[in-house]
Amino acid sequence: MATRGFTGRRPGDEAAARLPPGQYLTQDFPVLQIGATPRINPDGWRFTLREGSRPLKSWTWPEFEALPRSPWTGDIHCVTKWSKFDTAWEGVTIDDLLADAGLAAPTPFLLAEGYDDYTTNVPVADLTGGKAMVATRYDGRPITPDHGGPARLLVPHLYFWKSAKWLKGLRFTRADEGGFWELRGYHMYGDPWREQRFTGD
Amino acid sequence: MIEPAPARPLPWHEARIVSITPVARRVKAFRLAVSFDRPVLAGQHVELRLTAPDGYQARRSYSIASAPGDGVELMIESVGDGEVSVFFDTVAEVGDVIALRGPIGGSFVWQAADDGPVLLVGGGSGVVPLLSMLRHRAVAAPDVPALLLYSVATADDVIVADELTARARSEPGFDLIVNLTRDDTGRRVDATTVERALSRLGAPRHAFLCGSNAFVEAVANLLLDAGVPPGVIRTERFGA
Repeated sequence: MATRGFTGRRPGDEAAARLPPGQYLTQDFPVLQIGATPRINPDGWRFTLREGSRPLKSWTWPEFEALPRSPWTGDIHCVTKWSKFDTAWEGVTIDDLLADAGLAAPTPFLLAEGYDDYTTNVPVADLTGGKAMVATRYDGRPITPDHGGPARLLVPHLYFWKSAKWLKGLRFTRADEGGFWELRGYHMYGDPWREQRFTGD
Repeated sequence: MIEPAPARPLPWHEARIVSITPVARRVKAFRLAVSFDRPVLAGQHVELRLTAPDGYQARRSYSIASAPGDGVELMIESVGDGEVSVFFDTVAEVGDVIALRGPIGGSFVWQAADDGPVLLVGGGSGVVPLLSMLRHRAVAAPDVPALLLYSVATADDVIVADELTARARSEPGFDLIVNLTRDDTGRRVDATTVERALSRLGAPRHAFLCGSNAFVEAVANLLLDAGVPPGVIRTERFGA
């Protein structure tokens, strides 16, 4: 049913084709997080792959910076309705991470874990094949702390709450376990093109 | 922080506007008649959806200002040319029906059992979810110490100024610091302001910060510098 008197302001045709349902285009880069920006000392920074509680492989910051980096430019979509076009990132693809660790993914699911104890679940199939990276650069510069630096997950084809900030590791899980927001009513998968914002969407 | 509840689908409701009240120079309060299928917690928000005759839809999220159990009141600021805020400022009338769903959010939430002291820091319209907490505190936990540090441009921009002043006068344990950034002696919230708030309240058990990203980031860092543990601080941000 139409809202009386609402005409709206449509985006141009090109923008409309790139916007998932219910999203609007922003030129800003809003910040969403549950608490203060953690203060991360590069000397103490570690990135760890785990299977359950068992560590599989860990990198220090210099080791992580020595890994091959790939660029990715494209559109990102936040569940709070903003989308931002042509964002330029650089980082280590999950494929390259697994290759450096000499591992195949041991399970089909994982939880991304942040230094702020944030967690979010992503199927491994949505991270491999060049679909995701651990990003360390935005717009050619180190990612600032408010946007998740020094390293954040980037899974651009899912709502951006899946792209965990201040990433400290990936924990492989046997089952698809919900993370912080998924346990609070947000969708387990979060595809913006199917508008999977909340449970049942 | 609430315990995760079993996830249930979040249905859309038709909400009728029952009153519209100016609450600051560019902000109006909209009271809506709607019954959700789950309880509202102080600090949560709703998603609303406007539909044009050709089916085009715009969606936005707004925090709830009312206390849990007291219906749904939203406060919407007229921000320049925003398609949704312009609609609410110039078109919406009492009796109009808006599609709404919620309540949403389980992190930026305060309940009586969470206890205090509670430090609330709001910038501009970021005060809205904090207002819900204050209103809830007054009825559900009046003994819990709370302090609102509220930063706005000018005195005319203070949302529900009369209510806040009255609460500060009549509610023991509730303290108010209004910081004006653009009056004659205006300044941004700084280390001195934060120290003053902390010395009047005592060490907070919970700190809720809401406002623009720049404001929230600055205040969160000031609180960390002042020794407030990171786990105490919850944030909600809008814009850039």
